[in-house]
Amino acid sequence: MNRVILIKYGELTTKKGNRKIFINTLYSNILKKLKGLNVNIFKDMSRMYIEYEDKDQDIIIKNIGEIFGIHAYSIAYKSESNIDSIKKTISMVLKENLDEHDYTFKVETKRSDKRFEPNSVECNHLFGGYILKSFKNLKVNVHEYDVLVHIEIRNDYSYVYLNEYKGLGGYPVGTLGNCLAMLSGGIDSPVASYLALKRGIKLDLVYFEAIPHTSLEAREKVINLARKLYPYSGDIKLIIVPFTKLQEAIYKNCLENYSITIMRRMMYRIMEKLTIKYKALGIVNGESIGQVASQTLTSMKVINSVTNLPVIRPVACFDKLEIIKIAKKIDTYDISILPYEDCCTIFVPKHPIINPRIDTCLEMEKKFDYEDMIAEILNNLLIINIDNNTNNEYKDIL
Amino acid sequence: MVYLDYSATTPTNKEVLESFNKVVMEYPGNANSLHKLGTKSLHLLEASVKQVADLMGVNKEEVIFTSGASEANNLAIMGVVNKYKNRGKHILTTKLEHSSILETLDYLKKEGYEIEYLKLDKNGHVDLEDLKNKVKEETVLVTIAQVSSEIGIIQDVNKIGSILKNYPKVIFHVDGTQAVGKIDVNLDNIDLYSFSSHKIYGLNGVGALIKKRHIELEPIIHGGKSQTIYRSGTPTHALCASFAKALKLVLENSQEKMNHVLKLNRKIRESLETMNDVIINSPIDCVPHILNISIKGIKPETLLHSLAESDIYISTKTACASNTSMSLSVYELTHDKVIANSSIRISLSYLTTDGEIDYFLETLKKKIKELRFKEGE
Repeated sequence: MNRVILIKYGELTTKKGNRKIFINTLYSNILKKLKGLNVNIFKDMSRMYIEYEDKDQDIIIKNIGEIFGIHAYSIAYKSESNIDSIKKTISMVLKENLDEHDYTFKVETKRSDKRFEPNSVECNHLFGGYILKSFKNLKVNVHEYDVLVHIEIRNDYSYVYLNEYKGLGGYPVGTLGNCLAMLSGGIDSPVASYLALKRGIKLDLVYFEAIPHTSLEAREKVINLARKLYPYSGDIKLIIVPFTKLQEAIYKNCLENYSITIMRRMMYRIMEKLTIKYKALGIVNGESIGQVASQTLTSMKVINSVTNLPVIRPVACFDKLEIIKIAKKIDTYDISILPYEDCCTIFVPKHPIINPRIDTCLEMEKKFDYEDMIAEILNNLLIINIDNNTNNEYKDIL
Repeated sequence: MVYLDYSATTPTNKEVLESFNKVVMEYPGNANSLHKLGTKSLHLLEASVKQVADLMGVNKEEVIFTSGASEANNLAIMGVVNKYKNRGKHILTTKLEHSSILETLDYLKKEGYEIEYLKLDKNGHVDLEDLKNKVKEETVLVTIAQVSSEIGIIQDVNKIGSILKNYPKVIFHVDGTQAVGKIDVNLDNIDLYSFSSHKIYGLNGVGALIKKRHIELEPIIHGGKSQTIYRSGTPTHALCASFAKALKLVLENSQEKMNHVLKLNRKIRESLETMNDVIINSPIDCVPHILNISIKGIKPETLLHSLAESDIYISTKTACASNTSMSLSVYELTHDKVIANSSIRISLSYLTTDGEIDYFLETLKKKIKELRFKEGE
């Protein structure tokens, strides 16, 4: 078979110095994603080509559509780099993809091999003329065309294709280091994680639970959310933090209206410890400015002051509806709206403070030995690996 | 045994049965229950819905599981007429439809609905001009089978749907029971689509109605939200999962399966064409899985029983309508009562082998000779 999937890198091309790292990361991400399929992947500095078996085309296309760092992709037909072969390939592509109806077309030739004669403009004329002569139902119209015939002439081979699909864009996951993302079970945090992945950040996920105040169903819900991120992230760890004792201590020792503020400060402290343990460079979360009391700028300042780590808040400036739109796109919305309590929704004070003061926080935090509790928490983490097996939960059934 | 009645029902794929058994044993909860066992069943049900939706190219909110295609057809028709009472009382269909369509429409006729049948061309295709002429202000529903069950006529439902797009108040229902797993299905121009598990090597007792988002339905089984608000009852999650599995399996390598069946169909046709007084009712552009023929002068039931003696199983008309005498579909196509009274249906599968067809053709020749002799006496 002479069909290949041709991949264009897009944004990578702007990153001159690190280009090799980006391409190699993308290459290994694609390889992992297509594991189990019989494919050969070739890469050069501007394109990647996947040779595959006919029967796998749909599944490969679906998978490629879930990989960050791909600007666009096409099903291209491979040809020897000489005029006659390219003509033959064009003819085959058009026969396979068009019916008998009348269409207008345009030819666009790109030559990465500048030694190839004739040049691109002349190629357009040459191949356009050939198409006109061979296909009675096709007419040239370079301004408004139904069909764009792409011809790419490269060193070793040339490629002909019609349709180009838009990729997800962004950077390949892993090119920009690791972070830990806080996943609550709500709508925002999975979207925030998705957007961080899109910027090339490799993630592990952290879920705070307070059993029995929160249920096992709530944990199951977060696992399912993590599974939804899996197609974009690849293998991913879900770190479950047993938060019950610390959370109960907060409610015993602190003013009710400060409880959420203190709780968030504790979470950040734990996150900082986890970043050391899991060698992460920062924290990602789904905070959105002004959405709840702990997400006013004053609250954020007071909460954030417990750590110097970068805290990345991808949805900080998004409207709720914008967040929901992405949540629906990545299919986390329906899971997020399941009505199970999480750590941030239990013991919610009637009037949480929206302008907390740091000195008040510090004073209340002196009332109990949270350092010890955090140490104990770190000794009792539960790790769930989300990989291909857990992700395909029903493979024995469906 | 040579089973040539695949359009009546298909043997259950072993993998499908294994899925069913696994779910029955390992997912005991009611998917409507809020506890852990219920949630576990619910998640599986949702995954099954999603798989069916993905395979059919629709959204997961658009899949309604039913007990089968007959219920899906009833829900489509009754659900639409009850929901859109104010739009009018005119319904268009063809005489090639399954009894679960025709009988439901007969019932509505008694309720004051006007049922009109579309003209067909010589190959049984809906006359598109006639369709345009017959659609009127009061038309609430057009219901047409994508593949007719007795003869195998394929309707261009995509084209019909695109014509009906010009009449935004008309709802278009397609019965896809005999189409899924046999020909390509594209639901872009279709509002409602019925199909069933036991025609695609799945278990009996489950089917689905695809209902596009913009269409509303009045349920025929009330009882509150279950898998959907359109069909109550404890979700049969084991059947639904097995159905999703069957659908996935039947769509695998569909082109190869099609080519195989087409080859067998051509072989039978060639052989039948050499036999006297055998008329092939299915036009050549039918789905190759179904071959309707008439053998003049021999009662179809007699032939059916006689072939059964040799362990060959075929059908007279469709199994669902076998107890009345004449085939309406065949009559509609041929306008010949003799032919319509003596039609039999041979239906094939990708499982059918060359050897089975050889044995069938050889036996058929023998039986015709015998029966002619007997009837001649």
